[in-house]
Amino acid sequence: MPPHATSPAKPPSPPLDTRYSVETPEGIDLVLHPAGLVPRALAFAVDLGIRGLILLLMSIALALLGELGLGLMSLLFFLVTWWYMVLFEVLNQGRSPGKQLLGLRVVHDDGTPVGWSASLTRNLLRFVDILPFGYTLGILSCLAHPAFKRLGDLAAGTLVIYREKPAAPPQLPEVAPLPAPFPLQLAEQRALLDFAERQSSLSLERRRELAEILAEPLAVPPEQAEARIDGIARGLLGPA
Amino acid sequence: MKQQRFEQAHQREWQDFATQLDALERGKSGAEYRRFGAAYRRLCQHLALAEARGYSGHLVERLGQLALRGHQQLYRHREHLGARSIGFLLAGFPRLVREEWRFVLTAGLLFFGSLLGMGLLVYFFPELIYSLVSPERVAQMEAMYDPDASRLGRFGERGSGIDWLMFGYYVMNNVGIAFQTFASGLLLGLGSLFFLLYNGLTIGAIAGHLIRIGYQDNFLSFIVGHGAFELTAIVLSGAAGLELGWALLAPGRLRRDEALRRAAARSVRLIAGVLAMLLIAAFIEAYWSSMTFVGAPLKYLVGALLWLLVAAYFLLAGRDRHAPD
Repeated sequence: MPPHATSPAKPPSPPLDTRYSVETPEGIDLVLHPAGLVPRALAFAVDLGIRGLILLLMSIALALLGELGLGLMSLLFFLVTWWYMVLFEVLNQGRSPGKQLLGLRVVHDDGTPVGWSASLTRNLLRFVDILPFGYTLGILSCLAHPAFKRLGDLAAGTLVIYREKPAAPPQLPEVAPLPAPFPLQLAEQRALLDFAERQSSLSLERRRELAEILAEPLAVPPEQAEARIDGIARGLLGPA
Repeated sequence: MKQQRFEQAHQREWQDFATQLDALERGKSGAEYRRFGAAYRRLCQHLALAEARGYSGHLVERLGQLALRGHQQLYRHREHLGARSIGFLLAGFPRLVREEWRFVLTAGLLFFGSLLGMGLLVYFFPELIYSLVSPERVAQMEAMYDPDASRLGRFGERGSGIDWLMFGYYVMNNVGIAFQTFASGLLLGLGSLFFLLYNGLTIGAIAGHLIRIGYQDNFLSFIVGHGAFELTAIVLSGAAGLELGWALLAPGRLRRDEALRRAAARSVRLIAGVLAMLLIAAFIEAYWSSMTFVGAPLKYLVGALLWLLVAAYFLLAGRDRHAPD
């Protein structure tokens, strides 16, 4: 008996894309989609613009107040520099305005919403990420890490993920449902369903090419394979 | 059960749950709160079923998205920040500082050691100050603590309506220094080391110089009050940075990233305390230290009391586990 056969359920192989799976106390796997460098940089640029605008407008307003205004201005500068991100991330469910615009949010590594200490850590350590100039360390770290973490994220244990939008329901081809010719395993069943659901995003030639792989096990001529697979998929979904 | 029947049977539930989520995500709370837990658990069960039965990718993904959104709402942080901060300041912070005494001691020795050393050197070899501080800066410092000035410190030459300005300036400047000292500790501790030594040397050099030219009364009476909070806070932020660096250099039995995460979670709490101390320091500096109508002796007395207070706070507060309740 090969040694690995004794081990209990094989851990699922890591996904081919950048998805990041965490198991929750409820016993389900949450699939997170970490956001890469470009959307994060864009979100940061938006935030930078907003902060600049706030400071500009407030400095005009506060300049009228004289010395008191100058004092308030430096307090405001302090708040906007160091606390803008933290306050928004914690109080607005992990989203600064820029992230909200880009559909991103910050979460802990375990998928829970980001809290005060993690948010403070990741934003204070931004100071190191921008070294030696223009976010060099942050960019290098972000590009090298499988979940696109910058140094602040590494230390704080946080992730920036996409906020998923529900996909439109797929259009399955209208064919009569067919029973499967032999009992299918789960993975096979999923593969057939996925094929049927993704039809609209594949070209005719590619669909044929993929379907022909299954012509032999399904015992049909290659040109009928696609229709047969669609039928079986229909049969898996509804009454056969 | 075939997928279509499963979907038909639970479609309503999923839609209701999505509506609840929409309300919660917009920050509304209502009677739905009570049903949320049960609805979320059922959704998790449906997701597990859909995966185990090999339902189509679209359905699994849709349920997974709902589960993720529900998870975000269920585990949201609704902590009482006010109560927690008070508890932290009354007991948690001094306790944490005592637990981290190795880093605090190291940072303290580095900072105060370089400060005293440089102070003595400049006192006996006056020209040394120019190797560290530019002549303009020295002249500026001399002007600030000139015994003839009516108000001390930065902005000393201006009227009395500027306490706010000073407060704001001190908050921004000092907190910025503390945050830098902490954050740069991520560079294997080198950054914190640099900022601790640099600040220690600079302050030491200026102190030595001002004392040598006979401005000691103005200078010392000015810094003694807020220094208790400000200098200690710089040491503590250095300690927090050193802890970060040390986690990378000597992670012990943990992986480096895990060690870093744990060190960061602890040291950022130190920084929260440092922030409170610097706010107090800025307040004292702007409203008390700059006054000249109170004599130097009174300032020394108050300063000594403040140092004692800080020392007692870090040595004694939070010894009794039940005190803050």
